[in-house]
Amino acid sequence: MPETITDDSVGIVESQIAHFSEALTLECGKSLTQYDIAYETYGQLNAEASNAILICHALSGDQHAAGYNSMDDKKAGWWDSAIGPGKAIDTNQFFVVCINNLGGCKGSSGPNTINPETGKYWGPDFPIVTVKDWTLCQYRFMLSLNINHWCAVIGGSLGGMQVLQWTIDYPDLIKHAVVIAAAPKLSAQNIAFNEVARQSIMSDPDFCDGHYLEKETVPRRGLMLARMLGHITYLSDDAMRDKFGRELREGKLNFGFDVDFQVESYLRYQGRSFVDRFDANTYLLMTKTLDYFDPASAYGDDLALAVKKTNARFMVISFTSDWRFAPERSQEIVKALLQAEKLVSYIEIDANQGHDAFLIPIPHYMNVFTSHMQLIAEELS
Amino acid sequence: MSQLSGILPVSESDELRADLAIIAGWIKPDSKVLDLGCGDGTLLAKLREQQNVRGYGLEINAFNIETCVQKNINVIQSDLNDGLKAYFADNSFDSVIMSQTLQATEQPDLLIEEMLRVGAEAIVTFPNMAHWKARLQLGLKGIMPVTKNLPHQWFNTPNVHLCTLNDFEVLCRNHDIHILQRTVVDYSHKKGSWLMNMFPNLLGEIAIYRFCKNK
Repeated sequence: MPETITDDSVGIVESQIAHFSEALTLECGKSLTQYDIAYETYGQLNAEASNAILICHALSGDQHAAGYNSMDDKKAGWWDSAIGPGKAIDTNQFFVVCINNLGGCKGSSGPNTINPETGKYWGPDFPIVTVKDWTLCQYRFMLSLNINHWCAVIGGSLGGMQVLQWTIDYPDLIKHAVVIAAAPKLSAQNIAFNEVARQSIMSDPDFCDGHYLEKETVPRRGLMLARMLGHITYLSDDAMRDKFGRELREGKLNFGFDVDFQVESYLRYQGRSFVDRFDANTYLLMTKTLDYFDPASAYGDDLALAVKKTNARFMVISFTSDWRFAPERSQEIVKALLQAEKLVSYIEIDANQGHDAFLIPIPHYMNVFTSHMQLIAEELS
Repeated sequence: MSQLSGILPVSESDELRADLAIIAGWIKPDSKVLDLGCGDGTLLAKLREQQNVRGYGLEINAFNIETCVQKNINVIQSDLNDGLKAYFADNSFDSVIMSQTLQATEQPDLLIEEMLRVGAEAIVTFPNMAHWKARLQLGLKGIMPVTKNLPHQWFNTPNVHLCTLNDFEVLCRNHDIHILQRTVVDYSHKKGSWLMNMFPNLLGEIAIYRFCKNK
């Protein structure tokens, strides 16, 4: 529970659900006849509807980006460090929108919701969605709010990939793109990690071929393993050393296979708490969404050609110790933007926290981000 | 990453430092420029305001990057010693500028070639090691010169490739580079007197060159 809600918090916010009855044809060829999108908003839309910002969430994120849903919440939203009154994404100036992407598990249509055509859980039958499907959903959602463009679309990791896709799919409807700790497509190593995560889920006997909700069970061990693996890739070697070193949980070796070291305890805790808040089928689906992301493929593998039409101005940010989406991957995006003669700044933040750094309010990162957002706010007036 | 910034003090006044003012005078309006080691973005900001110049700055120092972002400059955080190949295609710019940075790079000759690969013209400025004060210190005192213009000691200087006007012109000849314009200014960056321009390699403290490939 938050003891007090500070002045720079958006405070108590409510997640809402928007229902869409217009059919949505997905890249895989399947259609959803209707679907729900869960969302949160912070700040006020101005009279011209020109100050709206879309925040795109990463693999395990959701619509709850900032503030608290109730006074009983243990933690604030996943990007509370950057969203709020006076923060980098200043809710005194911007109207901030965050939606739970299609296929998610926090209220938007996804594997853990009921398929209206069968009356049963979608489970493994929910179609695999792509980043392009998401931007289409986000576009329709934008129109439903009577907004005709975003003054900025911002996201980190898989969220940054959605930002890039936005600039390609709706080149005139996004003025500023902030792409953080992302990549233009996954490497073989990235896909390999995702595959191990999926295998750990699917090989859990409680997975029941994805129909675990009907069987009233949960593939806890599999999902926990997947999350533990993910966590290793989110931290750098240095960050793990700083955080845990070889510290022993009970001060001595136990000569057994239970937890000896603090890092084991940490990973188990992260894995276990993830199982309580995330759906295994959604994890499978979203890792596939990541694997499939490759916007240049529709343009002869030429990313510069893919972004050629966009009028967005870009800020690309990477973190030195991020090895999941290393600075070199962000530089690939920057190179394409420079070739296409787009307006772009590229900042490489010196940080030892690994991929997780994008969620941490590192002073230099926040200074640059805040200054940039301030200029965007000034453009509005 | 090596440190290429903070080599010269930055003027607090609103007026452009004289060497930057000279460079600005050599840049055509509406052109596209690349500023290598753009510092706090002062030159690019002026060029944008006064001459409608578009372009990018490359900079390595985190604090300078913050200032560039505040000034709305398109800045790319990058180490010049990694070259320009990663980002820029041939003939992408009208002018490529490098102010007070050449002497601190690992391979100035290669970087100059790179400047002329990505740009039609290049402009560099550097401290002149053959200025009479430097000559006196080395010639008479027998010590490595430490001047207002070159304030570091030999062991902590970022300026690992100092040269003179004559040296630079030899390099140009050997690399088939045509010098379009040359001028010198003194430490306070005042435009040189006629005497200074008569004996630039003796009296000039900072050299400014505009050059291109021999056609």
